[in-house]
Amino acid sequence: MKHLLATDGLDPALATAVLDTADELKHTLLGREVRKLPTLRGRTVITLFYENSTRTRVSFEIAGKWMSADVVNVSASSSSVNKGESLRDTALTLAAAGADCVIIRHPASGAAQRLSGWLADAGTAVVNAGDGTHEHPTQALLDAATLRERLGSLKDRRIAIVGDVLHSRVARSNIHLLSSLGAEVVLVAPPTLLPYGVETLPVTVSHDLDAELPAVDAVMMLRVQAERMAGGGPGQSFFPSAREYSIAYGLSEKRLGLLPEHAVVLHPGPMLRGMEIASAVADSPASAITEQVRNGVHVRMAVLYHLLASEGAAA
Amino acid sequence: MSTLIKSARPYGEDVADVLIEDGVITAIGAVDVPADAEIIEADGQVLLPGFVDLHTHLREPGREDTETIDSGSAAAALGGYTAVFAMANTDPVADNAVIVEHVWRRGQEVGLVDVHPVGAVTVGLKGERLAELGTMAKSQAQVKVFSDDGLCVADPLLMRRALEYSTALDVVIAQHAEEPRLTVGAQAHEGEQAARLGYPGWPAAAEESIVARDCLLALHAKARLHVCHVSTSGTADVLRWAKERGTNVSAEVTPHHLLLTDERLATYDPVNKVNPPLRTSSDAEKLRAALAEGVIDCVATDHAPHAVQDKDCEWSAARPGMLGLQTALSIVAETMVRTGLLDWRGVARVMSERPAEIGNLPDHGRPIAVGEPANLTLVDPDAEWTVRGAELASIAANTPYEGMRLPGVVTATLLRGRITARDGKIA
Repeated sequence: MKHLLATDGLDPALATAVLDTADELKHTLLGREVRKLPTLRGRTVITLFYENSTRTRVSFEIAGKWMSADVVNVSASSSSVNKGESLRDTALTLAAAGADCVIIRHPASGAAQRLSGWLADAGTAVVNAGDGTHEHPTQALLDAATLRERLGSLKDRRIAIVGDVLHSRVARSNIHLLSSLGAEVVLVAPPTLLPYGVETLPVTVSHDLDAELPAVDAVMMLRVQAERMAGGGPGQSFFPSAREYSIAYGLSEKRLGLLPEHAVVLHPGPMLRGMEIASAVADSPASAITEQVRNGVHVRMAVLYHLLASEGAAA
Repeated sequence: MSTLIKSARPYGEDVADVLIEDGVITAIGAVDVPADAEIIEADGQVLLPGFVDLHTHLREPGREDTETIDSGSAAAALGGYTAVFAMANTDPVADNAVIVEHVWRRGQEVGLVDVHPVGAVTVGLKGERLAELGTMAKSQAQVKVFSDDGLCVADPLLMRRALEYSTALDVVIAQHAEEPRLTVGAQAHEGEQAARLGYPGWPAAAEESIVARDCLLALHAKARLHVCHVSTSGTADVLRWAKERGTNVSAEVTPHHLLLTDERLATYDPVNKVNPPLRTSSDAEKLRAALAEGVIDCVATDHAPHAVQDKDCEWSAARPGMLGLQTALSIVAETMVRTGLLDWRGVARVMSERPAEIGNLPDHGRPIAVGEPANLTLVDPDAEWTVRGAELASIAANTPYEGMRLPGVVTATLLRGRITARDGKIA
């Protein structure tokens, strides 16, 4: 693996290998007092974040540190649109300074792919930690790891992704990864929060959450941003009110009862408790939300391992 | 001063010699050659009326780091053009007589192509109040076409007023059809590709709804409307309907919308970013058919030079637009002639005659006939060439056709009898 830019087109065998490595790392570190492996000693990993993030950046940082890499965090508050250095120059600077891997989050779809082009000569690996409304592949990998753990396998499992699919890079990455690993994906959302052309993705679409829940093995709730509501400014008004959204698409305690007993509840965070997910549901035994965060570190360790340390890695 | 174009095929038809004296065609067929005549051996190449581009961005004044009237005129001459219309979105905006006269005068000084400035419809392209259309029309520049191109005159009342007001001046309002409320944050054609790749979508209906509205307004105002860069099959349908009910509407399509599609989005390379965006292959196919049918009147380049730093960046930060003047003929040859949709008479119609009529230029787009002004382009239809952005005459190099091998080479361009370009070089 040279870069991890998207799950669209990612070889399912490679994805499975990453998930297997994550499992191994998890078991290796289990119960250890000193959670540090020497694998990436002397390697430099830079996180380059153009958007605010706590969990993703911290997760990558811990992953790098547990592998003994030198991790440098760069937060850029502005993109090249308004002021400051261009993305290309920043990328070349980081590569020249010795980065073996750049982990980028950026508001522009495709930014990670562009970065990989600019860094092709330098041989620097690029990980997409979220680009615009395109993809967030490590989130999908950690979701898959969590689902494998709970359900055994993804083959023929039915997974509902609920909420703001249109603006969600998490949804796009999960659609491709989960379906390539053999799962069926159903999107449940109001028509205004689905991308035009959604029927060309490997999914089925529903607007009726109650009808879908009894048949799914997992339900993934997406965060709904308040600015998408009516009154959220020009061009918004994707749905009339938080109340109506919550009634139609929120995962309430009552709806939790519609799920099969074995079903898993996921949320990529940060959660809006009471809006898309009831507090009691988030904290219920069905919820795997804290496991997702825990698995996130192992999955990101596995990604760094496959990029920088395994045979066929970039360096 | 005389020039003989020897063994040319006017409109790709029968071979003839064409004699030009003092800027006018004086003989066609069997010609007595004056002793001092300069001879262009056409050797069976296709002779066409000089091309007219209704839609060019020459970037002067304001962005002379990407194009000037000098460099843009050279690109135009090399592309076979004898007249171009320079869009108003310069800095400062061409919304007054001072700027349009400057552009007109610089074009005449350079002398490679007639540069006709397009005037802004609204002050500062702000879409708030009409610019002084009458003053610009009556200036030395004699502005014939007004457009806020790059931006849509979105306010329906203001568009109505512009159309009504234009009827007294015998000018045309050229609309960049884009309902801005439907394209907030838009980055690419709203369809399968954008859905998968996460581009905020630019729906076809944002263009089509404005074209439909403007056609209704133009008919009501008994005004002439020109639709810039038609990009969707739905717009072609609207135009067909509007023309059938007697609307005085004309339309252009760009070479890139005839050839390129949203399949190009996968690389996220902003060289493919343009407004309106590249559409689907089905749209491109229907635009070709509409051009052949005459529903779309002509080809216009929307030649839009941009600096490296405005293109070699992430997609959403990049400026929209691509070079077009030197590749237009070849793209038309590829998409329309090779496919059998147009013969060379048809090419003359869509690249010269109709744009000259729409832009109200009496000396361009004329028949190749004795007594007519010698604005001519000679094309080698069998030759092919490979596009290299760095070798184009424009200062900027943002061509989406880099490395592509294309048919049709412009071998000579004549402006009022004077050779402006020959064998790929400015003469």
